Amino acid sequence: MSVTPACGIITDVLRMVEPAAGSERGAPALRVAHLSKSFGTRVAFEDVSFDVAQGEVFGFLGPNGAGKTTTVRTLGTLIAPTAGTATVAGIPLTPDNGVEIRRRIAVMPESPGLYQRLTVRENLACFADLYEVPDPKARIAQALEAVSLTDRARDPCGTLSKGLRQRVALARALLSRPEILFLDEPTAGLDPVASREVHDLIAALRSEGVTIFLTTHRLEEAERLCDRVAILNHTLRTIGTPAELRDRLFAKSLTIATRAPLHPPDAVFDGVPGVRSWRQAGDDGRYVVAVSDPDVAAPALTRALVAAGADVLSIGESYHSLEDVYLQLVDEDRDA
Amino acid sequence: MSRSTLSARRVRAIFSKELTEYRRNRSIVSTMTVIPAIFVLSPLIQIFSAPPSTLAHGDRLLYMLGIPAIVPAVIAAYTIAGKRQQGTLEPILTTPVRREELLLGKALAALVPSLAVAYVVYGAVLAVIEIFASAAAASAVISGTGVIAQVIFTPLVAACSIWLGIAISTRAGDIRVAQQLSTLVGLPFFAVAALIAFDVIHSSLTLALALGAVLVVLDLLGWRVTAAAFHRERLITSSKGV
Repeated sequence: MSVTPACGIITDVLRMVEPAAGSERGAPALRVAHLSKSFGTRVAFEDVSFDVAQGEVFGFLGPNGAGKTTTVRTLGTLIAPTAGTATVAGIPLTPDNGVEIRRRIAVMPESPGLYQRLTVRENLACFADLYEVPDPKARIAQALEAVSLTDRARDPCGTLSKGLRQRVALARALLSRPEILFLDEPTAGLDPVASREVHDLIAALRSEGVTIFLTTHRLEEAERLCDRVAILNHTLRTIGTPAELRDRLFAKSLTIATRAPLHPPDAVFDGVPGVRSWRQAGDDGRYVVAVSDPDVAAPALTRALVAAGADVLSIGESYHSLEDVYLQLVDEDRDA
Repeated sequence: MSRSTLSARRVRAIFSKELTEYRRNRSIVSTMTVIPAIFVLSPLIQIFSAPPSTLAHGDRLLYMLGIPAIVPAVIAAYTIAGKRQQGTLEPILTTPVRREELLLGKALAALVPSLAVAYVVYGAVLAVIEIFASAAAASAVISGTGVIAQVIFTPLVAACSIWLGIAISTRAGDIRVAQQLSTLVGLPFFAVAALIAFDVIHSSLTLALALGAVLVVLDLLGWRVTAAAFHRERLITSSKGV
């Protein structure tokens, strides 16, 4: 395991978690089939299907109002779906199974929802009892240590900063050693340092095999932490690893920079093996060349550029971030 | 509702958390201080100013049943609407707590301080009358049956008022609306007590037994009806859904 312990807490987190006990080995932690939720005529999400494997960090992305939080609330048994089926931690999502499902999961809502007049320890003690955790004192101490809040245990939650409150909420979610941890925008409103601490905690939980369902607006967060991501905009737009989504949406291309613009560029690019098309990226000597196989096209293009007398500054495979994927899909939805 | 599956530990967790919050909430503490004062003043003024012969009719101290009728209603109104407004309701609903456990814990947390306040204030009023009022006035207003009635009816009235307060709190979108409505629904209990106190309705053992039976039935039904009215989805999304 190689996790950077930004706040020296990771080993404590690892003591907090245990391998999933309830789900059958090999079975998905979450199985969602054609799930829909409407509020009257307003559709929150529709015909959503996906599986999340045990120990996977699954990112759930989408614009505001896309139905992400409603999906979390539905899987967390807070609200009932209007259609479709789901299995959460091995248990079918039905009204009768609500308590049993909630025993095996933990949900950290976007707003920490802590009791402001109660101390950090009192907040955790209440939830430890609600989950009926054995040896609550020890478990609370571990949770506090895990989020580096042992020295603030006696402080009322109302006196804590937003970042600290978020850490308390995370400690609260860890108390019951959940099989699936739902994190709804866990770094919303946090500064970069606090965000990094939350990221480190998530990474540590991931390395211990806790299944994490992460909704986020931060695409770099999803890219960094998630094994797979799904993009939701009322319907599921796409699902896969970030690399798969990039390949699916964007053609492979090379980005070329020369000291001066080529005269004329088509004389250089046309006829080079593997080159499909090209476009100029700006007024200076930058070009994006669509290719079938970058490993074949890059050496051929380099030779062609040198032969044309161009001063080549750089040549490399174009990188499309998850943000590019996201924006492309959202733009498509908007156009549609 | 299956009472056999209720977890005492979870009920205790809610009870103790709510109680701690009330203790540290200035508006609730001031409510529990100011409202009893209102119900104490009127009987004390009468006892110390009216001739003892006019006090012999009715049971003036039953007027103080207004304390268990109003105080817990105001607290109970805060239990759901207040939490919803603070954003603390959703995290608790994601735990394995059942709605019956949640409501029972909250009701007990409203009941215990309300009873404490009602009994302490009643005891203090009795002491003041015994010490400072004339012997004739004291014997006119303090009777064994009156004390027994107060002791028995205080928890019955308080419990009823709490269930109504919580039921309103689950439906109200705003805490102030919930508190105002809860105070209003507590008034009929107080009105009946006041009518008996001033002998408009003549007190008798039959009347006491009948009222007691009605309150017991209302208290038992209150838990079930309130639990049935507690709808997680509506509380979270303000929509009842399908």
